[in-house]
Amino acid sequence: MMKNYNKYTVILVSLIGFIFFVTSLNSSSETKEQKKTEPIKKKQKKAIEHIQVPPPPFSEDIFPCSECHEDMEVNKEKRILEDAHADLIGEEIVLKHDEENRWCLDCHDAKNRDKLHLADGRLVDFKESYRLCGQCHGPKLRDWKKGVHGKRTGSWNGQKKYLLCANCHNPHSPKFKKLKPMPAPVKLRSK
Amino acid sequence: MSEIKDKTKKMEVSRRDFIKTGALVTTAAVVGGCGISKEEFLQQHFKELTQEDVKNIKKRLETEYEKEFGKKFSVSFKEPIPQTLFGYGLDISRCIGCRRCVYACVDENNLSIDPQIHWIQVLEMEKSKGVNFHHANLHYDREKVPDDDHFYLPVACQQCENPPCVKACPVEATWKEKDGIVVVDYNWCIGCRNCMAACPYGARHFNWKKPSYIDPKTKKKSELNEDTHYLGNRPRPQGIVDKCTFCVQRTREGKYPACVEICPVGARKFGNLLDPDSEISYILKNKRVLILKEELNTQPKFFYFYAT
Ligand code: HEC
Ligand code: HEC
Ligand code: HEC
Ligand code: HEC
Repeated sequence: MMKNYNKYTVILVSLIGFIFFVTSLNSSSETKEQKKTEPIKKKQKKAIEHIQVPPPPFSEDIFPCSECHEDMEVNKEKRILEDAHADLIGEEIVLKHDEENRWCLDCHDAKNRDKLHLADGRLVDFKESYRLCGQCHGPKLRDWKKGVHGKRTGSWNGQKKYLLCANCHNPHSPKFKKLKPMPAPVKLRSK
Repeated sequence: MSEIKDKTKKMEVSRRDFIKTGALVTTAAVVGGCGISKEEFLQQHFKELTQEDVKNIKKRLETEYEKEFGKKFSVSFKEPIPQTLFGYGLDISRCIGCRRCVYACVDENNLSIDPQIHWIQVLEMEKSKGVNFHHANLHYDREKVPDDDHFYLPVACQQCENPPCVKACPVEATWKEKDGIVVVDYNWCIGCRNCMAACPYGARHFNWKKPSYIDPKTKKKSELNEDTHYLGNRPRPQGIVDKCTFCVQRTREGKYPACVEICPVGARKFGNLLDPDSEISYILKNKRVLILKEELNTQPKFFYFYAT
């Protein structure tokens, strides 16, 4: 059903132009009044305190870490790792995250490899790795909790999902990786 | 015509009355000539539709679209959510110019592939020059983004509180809804394009042809989104203007707009300006915010900000 308005409407519209304007002025002034009267009702605000996050983006078969680490001796020495995780995650982990001052076991717990730990020694689940990041990146964590840094999906007026810091930043090399852009729009031929 | 004159004196003529009486004479000829259905020709202005009208239009369009595209469509007429005024935030310090949003928008909103219509235009600007439209490049083409010397400024409809486009429309085919979304009734638009000239952001787009969903280069046919809103992403006819609606079909159902969902860096924020606890309210209170072309007093509800 093709439509071609221009032929008839333009004629009609110019005919009824002024009548329409007068009537429309009347009707639009009514609708404005109704706006912004009531304040937001409390019940509209859904409790969103509980933070819903996706599971940690582990490589396949790497978790639980204790499967290997339980029987291994802990080596606290800072060193270049060989034959550690490359089989499972594609390449050996090389820290590029404040590496001069840090080593794996600042974040990963030496005794319980299935957990992270905070500076004061408290263990943190991988599901809550943002608490670890927030120790050194306080303002970012604050913004993330408000939905300003990072990303929320789901419902703007209901349940939201947050992405973990680790969904966007590899904890070992956190700079956000550059992306290939989608195609530029076509150029219009100049008339 | 005397009947019409009487009515204007009393100021109660509606477009429909007018058409019914005065224009029915021409209806036969015009309608016959254009192939437009009688029902559509006689359709009332959106704001005057009764529930019965809405039901009929919904059914008519859904049948029409199913016939044309070979699948079931739903055309929603969902009204604004009470106590809601939508606002949008875009973090200039995060956006990397990857254009994922541009194409997510095309898919979600059934934008014409050929001729190409993009509601979101991502501009690349030089860091040294700041926000400056004279040094903006829409057609940047790079292996990887972001480029270290540039930043990116996606522009779409700014959903002005004081929209010049609405004032420019001679037939009131475009207006601001109570939730702040500026919408177009494609059945009412006459294609005069005054609104496009009036918009300072280049956010309105004209369907020169009936939208085609086949990519002219790859010949790939894209799948239409069947979840539509009458004032939003339903398939468009030829010769009308369309524009970003904050994904009215999604946001009135409580979902985020498609561009927010797709953004890989989380630069896009959306929520209710009237809710002091929303992320958009937090941004307005706590971050450095700018709006485009502030001096025009259009009062955008699209806020650019720097989160860093
Ligand atoms: C800044 C804190 C931090 C440091 C330092 C750190 N890690 Fe991690 N690591 C993490 C976090 C957080 C995760 C969880 C990522 C996720 O959620 O998938 C992780 C994940 C891992 C994984 C699983 C990776 C995968 O692909 O699933 C391994 C293996 C690992 N770390 C080993 C190491 C080693 C070896 C070092 C030292 C060279 C190290 N980590 C240093 C925080 C750290
Ligand atoms: C397939 C067995 C295996 C799994 C599973 C595994 N690791 Fe390892 N991991 C190793 C080996 C082997 C080394 C290297 C030991 C060496 O070089 O002395 C290592 C070394 C490390 C180190 C360096 C510090 C140290 O104790 O030597 C960290 C930290 C580490 N792993 C964390 C993890 C974490 C976190 C996980 C789970 C996400 C994990 N690993 C899963 C085998 C494994
Ligand atoms: C013990 C402190 C500490 C912890 C814990 C920590 N970081 Fe960092 N991070 C730093 C420091 C210091 C820098 C700046 C130096 C650098 O860039 O290497 C930094 C830099 C960064 C950067 C900027 C990188 C760049 O090159 O632009 C990101 C992103 C980041 N961290 C993310 C994270 C995430 C995600 C976590 C949690 C998995 C985390 N950090 C945990 C100390 C920490
Ligand atoms: C949706 C993806 C995403 C999530 C989730 C995310 N970030 Fe970021 N973050 C970015 C991007 C994009 C940048 C800017 C690019 C860059 O410099 O790496 C950034 C930058 C940073 C920086 C560098 C400083 C700056 O402002 O440029 C730090 C530190 C950081 N993020 C920490 C975090 C922490 C901590 C979390 C979790 C509480 C987190 N991020 C969650 C995407 C994300």
